[in-house]
Amino acid sequence: MSTDTATKTTQPSVGEYLKKNIREYGLLVALVVIMIFFQILTNGVLFRPVNITNLVLQNSFIVIMALGMLLIIVAGHIDLSVGSIVAFTGAMSAIMLVKWGLPAIAVVPLAILMGAIMGAAQGYWVAYQKIPSFIVTLAGMLVFRGMTYVVLSGRPVGPFPKEFQVLSTGFVPDFLSITDPSTSLIKNYVALVAVLLLVGYAFYAGLRERRLNAVNETENEPFGFFAVQMAIIGVVAIFIGFQLSTYRGLPNVLVIMGILIALYAFVTTRTTIGRRIYAMGGNEKAAKLSGINTERLTFYTFVNMGALAALAGMIIAARLNSATPKAGVGFELDVIAACFIGGASASGGVGKITGAVIGAFIMGVMNNGMSIMGIGIDYQQLIKGLVLLAAVFFDVYNKNKG
Amino acid sequence: MSKTLLEMRGITKTFPGVKALDNVNLKVREGEIHALVGENGAGKSTLMKVLSGVYPAGSYEGEIHFDGQVRHFSTISDSEHLGIIIIHQELALVPLLSIAENIFLGNEVATNGVIDWKQTFRRTQELLDKVGLKDSPSTLITDIGVGKQQLVEIAKALSKKVRLLILDEPTASLNEKDSDALLKLLMEFRTQGMTSIIISHKLNEIKKVADQITILRDGGTVETLDCHHEDISEDRIIKGMVGREMEDRYPAREPKIGETLLEVKNWNVFHQHHRDRQFLHDVSFTVRAGEVVGIAGLMGAGRTETAMSIFGKSWGHKITGDVSMRGKPVDVSTIPKAIDAGLAYVTEDRKHLGLVLINNIMHNTTLANLEGVSSNTIINDRQEAKVASDYRSKLRIRSHSIYQETVNLSGGNQQKVVLSKWLFTNPEVLILDEPTRGIDVGAKFEIYSIINQLAAEGKGILMISSEMPELLGTCDRIYVMNEGRIVAELSKAEASQESIMRAIMRSGEKH
Repeated sequence: MSTDTATKTTQPSVGEYLKKNIREYGLLVALVVIMIFFQILTNGVLFRPVNITNLVLQNSFIVIMALGMLLIIVAGHIDLSVGSIVAFTGAMSAIMLVKWGLPAIAVVPLAILMGAIMGAAQGYWVAYQKIPSFIVTLAGMLVFRGMTYVVLSGRPVGPFPKEFQVLSTGFVPDFLSITDPSTSLIKNYVALVAVLLLVGYAFYAGLRERRLNAVNETENEPFGFFAVQMAIIGVVAIFIGFQLSTYRGLPNVLVIMGILIALYAFVTTRTTIGRRIYAMGGNEKAAKLSGINTERLTFYTFVNMGALAALAGMIIAARLNSATPKAGVGFELDVIAACFIGGASASGGVGKITGAVIGAFIMGVMNNGMSIMGIGIDYQQLIKGLVLLAAVFFDVYNKNKG
Repeated sequence: MSKTLLEMRGITKTFPGVKALDNVNLKVREGEIHALVGENGAGKSTLMKVLSGVYPAGSYEGEIHFDGQVRHFSTISDSEHLGIIIIHQELALVPLLSIAENIFLGNEVATNGVIDWKQTFRRTQELLDKVGLKDSPSTLITDIGVGKQQLVEIAKALSKKVRLLILDEPTASLNEKDSDALLKLLMEFRTQGMTSIIISHKLNEIKKVADQITILRDGGTVETLDCHHEDISEDRIIKGMVGREMEDRYPAREPKIGETLLEVKNWNVFHQHHRDRQFLHDVSFTVRAGEVVGIAGLMGAGRTETAMSIFGKSWGHKITGDVSMRGKPVDVSTIPKAIDAGLAYVTEDRKHLGLVLINNIMHNTTLANLEGVSSNTIINDRQEAKVASDYRSKLRIRSHSIYQETVNLSGGNQQKVVLSKWLFTNPEVLILDEPTRGIDVGAKFEIYSIINQLAAEGKGILMISSEMPELLGTCDRIYVMNEGRIVAELSKAEASQESIMRAIMRSGEKH
């Protein structure tokens, strides 16, 4: 026995590969199908430039918070307080801007710091006092909401100076301006060029990865899959880029979101911090005995979540041009649902940034599409609930079968 | 005695890509203890799952005859209905319920859903008397030891009118005394006419109780030995299991012992939970370079607690004492510091404390030393894959690649992944806690070979084991622990099963 250890890694067949990775492809296919479905049902409104812009603006904060929530869930925890942190940081930035007259450039970092402190306040109880995160953040949800009412005295605060509003409603200016925007179809070349560059880079990076994998005898996905996947992503991205370029170009929020997605995808897949979070969520005791400071790591995942929620809080406030005590109510549920639809496991250790982002967009497209169709909020909730259940059932079913 | 109770004929069970069982035959006579042995992965558990209906009739080929009739079990309750009861290695008891509640769980003595507690307790008491358990029926499971929990499982089986009792590794986590008691109980049941199948890696126990032994290898039946016709030696059984003669169960080694590496002095530790109870008393020992040092003792003697309290104070509190490496005092107050000091601890519980089971071999291998494959916290994928591949081939980890999830590996290969992880931290002293528990004979030999090689490289090895032959076969020096104290230090020449037991018994009388 044990003599056949040196067998080389064999490349999997298409069928095997699909079976192993059905979750990821399934998710992407689901998003595309849902998009096409609503494109048809809304008679083409979904993909209109102005609506794509809206879709991005409406979902950016959910996506941004999903990045932090995914880390929390992978670490084996949950954070119910993000909606209240959104409200409190939004309220505080409004007070700093409107009542204290601080410049936006100072308010943004201050609010993020506040969010981080709120995250730290909860992380302390979870990490060092071992109180279940569900309870700590449920308390946080109530406390921070209460604090929001206190600082706002129950009344909305606004409007904001222009330089703060651009956070949400601004667009990347068209410094290329190749043609005259008043006559040409394309009004903003930056959007189109940026998307083309990104798609080109993704293709190049994908090919490079495959070559490296081949050298290292690492498993590669079959080329057909790679090509089809790239083609779908490329076509969708270029189409969206084109549509945006015929309107006002790239929303600032989209740029912020894109950078954050790339950053968090990198941190989770390529850095020691990411690896340790996954290990901790997979088996906390084993991770601890391997020399990982699990308490500190847990603490910082909550700090990170708080900071991201603060950023989301400002984006929402800027978008509405006012901070209200009811801002962000129920957002924690959308964020958590995005992570689970994206394949994160409730028991920790499993989940991907890309999954959470696609999950957030599935929710977003459904929200947007159903609103355009005039479906009431009651049925929207019902349908979203069923989609969440179906997505998680799909996971469980696959796991049991495998 | 001669009537056949169970016959499994030509059982073949395939999983996608693997033939787990290939034409397996098993014949169990009424009223005997039938041992089922084989290396891990030989198909013992699969065969029992076929028998109990976990894999329903139709999902395998072959026939099951029970009590003279062909049976088709499609669920576990079908087989339980006929009195075929399995007690799994990992006990299925609810820790915070009482003994009585556990015994009648799912089978409550009740009318219209209202439990008759008086009756429940009376019947529990009868069952506990039968298995010789003296605790009260209202004791919580969490408050009794593993040995007694095993008895509760048996009592639970008895409550169901058992005809065929199947025990999967019943003594794996029991100490010698509890194991003996359990085996005696089985023999007593035999005199009352009960039939049992026992799956075990402990050949000395099998030799003690079995009437017949069926050996499986690579999913097929090798042979059935009748212990009453001939005297079956352990070597004879091993030969059947591995398909060749094992000349020696412990690889030979020429010890080259150097300077003192690890020295622990006056180590005092209080209990993790019962905070005013001192658990370890003035424990002192040394491990030298190139030396394999054993710690013998019964369950609960404080061996694991000694190791864990030294390794980053991961057990106990109010820890006092000195630890030095190569004569210099070192700080081991946290696990990262202990690792930096050159210590590694391979836990006894590799599934819960050793591995991240949902992660692959590569990720587990580098977990304790991610710095070694990264710069500025960014992991170098290629370097990481190379490290993992090197250990995979060096320690002969049987797997299809370094990307295989560790949950799908056999016990021996899992243990090698844990060893890889710690070897990659480049420790000076490795503490191995029950390194071969639940591992088959062939893989054990490989683990011993790795231990020897590490010692030859000049590392110090501290080995904790409940299997005395293993300690005697591999160690240069053995400390004996009992009740939180080191009660003897025996050289290789002095050490024997008798001298170790004597040291334990003598110390027991003193306190």
